[in-house]
Amino acid sequence: MNGALRKLEQAAPPTAQDIDEFIASNSFPLVERQGVTFVYRGEAEEVALRIFIQGLPARQPLERMDDSDLWTLFLDLPRNSRIEYKFEVRQQGENQWIVDPLNPHVATDPYGANSVLRSFGYERPAWTLPDAAARPGSLVGVEVPSKLFDAPRRTTVYLPARFRRLRRYPLLIVHDGEDFLRYADIKVVLDNLIHRLEIPPMIVALTQAGDRLVEYAANDRHADWLATELLPELEKEFPLLGEPASRALMGASFGGVASLHAAWRHPGLFDRLMLASGSFAFSDIGAHKRGPVFDPVAAFVNEFRNSPGRPAERLFICCGIYESLIYENRSLVPLLQEHGMQVRYEEVRDAHNWENWRDRLQAGLTWLFPGPLWMVYE
Amino acid sequence: MHSPHRDIVFLGPQSPRPTVQSLLGPQERVLCMISAGWREREGELDELERLEGMAGREVLDLALYRRVDDAFGRDTELFEAHRRRQNRLKEAQRLYRLRLGHALRAARELFASDDGDLLAAERRAAMAALRALDAHHLRRIRRIHDSFEKEWQPAARPAIAAHAAELAALVARASAVLVAGGHVGVLLNRMRLLGVPALLGDTRVIAWSAGAMALAERVVLFHDHPPQGAGDPEVLDAGFALVRGVVPLPHAAVRLRLDDARRVALFARRFAPSLCLPLEPGTMLRWRNGALTEAQAATRLQYRGKVRELAA
Repeated sequence: MNGALRKLEQAAPPTAQDIDEFIASNSFPLVERQGVTFVYRGEAEEVALRIFIQGLPARQPLERMDDSDLWTLFLDLPRNSRIEYKFEVRQQGENQWIVDPLNPHVATDPYGANSVLRSFGYERPAWTLPDAAARPGSLVGVEVPSKLFDAPRRTTVYLPARFRRLRRYPLLIVHDGEDFLRYADIKVVLDNLIHRLEIPPMIVALTQAGDRLVEYAANDRHADWLATELLPELEKEFPLLGEPASRALMGASFGGVASLHAAWRHPGLFDRLMLASGSFAFSDIGAHKRGPVFDPVAAFVNEFRNSPGRPAERLFICCGIYESLIYENRSLVPLLQEHGMQVRYEEVRDAHNWENWRDRLQAGLTWLFPGPLWMVYE
Repeated sequence: MHSPHRDIVFLGPQSPRPTVQSLLGPQERVLCMISAGWREREGELDELERLEGMAGREVLDLALYRRVDDAFGRDTELFEAHRRRQNRLKEAQRLYRLRLGHALRAARELFASDDGDLLAAERRAAMAALRALDAHHLRRIRRIHDSFEKEWQPAARPAIAAHAAELAALVARASAVLVAGGHVGVLLNRMRLLGVPALLGDTRVIAWSAGAMALAERVVLFHDHPPQGAGDPEVLDAGFALVRGVVPLPHAAVRLRLDDARRVALFARRFAPSLCLPLEPGTMLRWRNGALTEAQAATRLQYRGKVRELAA
C-alpha cells in the first residue's frame, strides 16, 4: 500500500481534515513501482473502476475507507503501462461514468474523454509535445471529386514547413486523419520528427470516412477510391515522388484493415504500411465472434491469410498488449515475414486508444520513411 | 595547399538564433555563401539577409548544388562516372559499418567491465583495432577519390571548368566565404567536384554545422540514439582539412549522450589526438595561422568521459 495512504488509514478513522491534507499533498492515481492506487473522494453508494484491459475485469469496485468519503483500489500494474479509465459512481441509485476528478491527465476520442493512468516508468514522449524550435507545417483543404462515392470528398493535407513546389515529397495517406489530428497530435508529431530529421519532409493526406465501419471494413469501393481517385488527385495537386516506396498508407483499428486491404487490392501502389491495432478479425474454423460489422473484415483476413501475396514491401505493425486484438496482430507478423515483407512489430503496455497510436508514430514513421538524420547537420 | 594565414571560424547551429552576422566587420561588404548542403533549398538566403547587421552587404550565392546539376546535364559521361564512384563509396561504407559494429560492441563491453590487470591491455587493443579500422576506411575512401580524380580529371572537363572559373571570380570579390550546414555528404561532394577548397586562398571562412565538419580533416557522423539503426559513430570521408586536429560535433548535446561517461570517453579516445569539439548554438571557435585563438561557449570531450570547457 502507498505510504501516504497507509498513514491516513492508521489515523483510523481519518477526519475530513486528514483527507483534505492527503488529497492536497499527493497526485492521483498514486503511482509506485509495485502498482497503482486509484482514489476517489465523494459521497456515493458505490464507486467502481471502469477499464478496458484484456485480462482484467472491466469493472472493479473501490473500497471505502472506514466511514469516510474516500474510496481506493490498488491494481498491480506493470511498469511503463498507460491505460485509460473512468469511475462509475453510484449516487441515489443512479450510476454515472465520470473522469477521475483528481487526475489532470485526460485523453479524448470521438466518444468523449477518459482519465489516463501513467504507471511507473511511462513518460509522454517529448516529440509528441509542441517544440518552439520546430518549424510548423501547414494544413490545407482539398476537395477530391469522386464518382465512386457520387460526391466530392474533402481531405485535409499536411504540407511540411518550407514546402517547395519544385521539390518532390513522399506521401502518407492517413485513415481517420481528422481524428489523428484531434486526438493523436499528428501535426505536432510530424512537425517535430521532420525538424529532428527523423523523417523526411512529407505530404500527408488526412482522410476521413463517411461511415468508417462500412468503408474501412475491407471495402472495395474505399480501396478503389484511394487508388483511382484520391491518389491521382493528390499527384495532380502536389509534387509527389512517383515510386511505390515513397507512398504509405496508415490507419488504426478499422483504419488498419482499410490500409492493408487497399494495398492488397492494389499491389505495387503503396509499398509502405503502418497498421496500428488493426482490427484483423479472422477465424481458423467456424465463424468469428466479433459481431456483424466484422463480417467483411473476417472474410478479407481469412482470404488474406490464405493468399497474402506481397501487398507492401515494408510494414510497421503495433498493438497494445491490453487489447483484445493482440492475438490477431501477433498472428499477422510471421505471415507477412514468410512472404518476404520487412516487418517491424512493436507491442506496448497500452490499449486500443489514440494516445497509444500517437506514441507509436515515431517508431512507425521512421521505419517507413527514415529521415536524413545521419547525414544532415543543420 | 591551404594558406596557414587564413582566418577560419567554426560556429554552432545557426537556427533559431544566428550569430554569424556578429562576426562580420564593417569592411566585409561582399560575402560568398555556400549552401549546397541545403540541396533544393540552396540559395534561399532571405533569412540570412534579413539579419540585423547584414544591411548593405552583398551576398553572392555560389550555387554549388545547381552548378553540379548543370555540369552533369552537359557532361553525362562524367555524371555516370561520378555515380559509379558514389556507388563504390556507399559499398565501402557498408562494409566498414559491418566491421565497425562488431568492433564497437567489443570495445563498449570491455570499457563497461570492471577494472583488472588483464582488462587494461584488452581495452587498449580494442581501441587500437577501432582506430586501425577507421584509418583503413579513410585510406580506402581516399583511394576511391584519387582514382576518380586521376581517371576523369573533373577540373579539366569543360562543364566543370566553366563553373570553376566563375566561382573563382566570385570568391575573388569576397572578403569572407560562409559555409552553411545541411547534408554533409552533398556539401563535400559538390565542393570537391568544383574544386572549391583550392579557390579559397587567404579568404576568411566562417562555417557552421555540416560546413565545419566538411572543413575538418575527417568527417565523423554521429547520433547516439537514432530512432532506427545502431547509432555507431562512423568516419564518412576525409574533409578539406582547413582546420587540423579537430572533430566538429554539431548539436552534440542533442545527438550524443554526453552524460554517459563511457560513451564520451570512447568517442574522445577513438578520435584522439584530434579534439572532439561540440558545436552548440552560441559556440564560436576561431583559428588564425592554424592556431586556435578564440573560443566562446566551447567545450571538448575528455578521455575520462567528461565534457569540459575549452579555452583558446
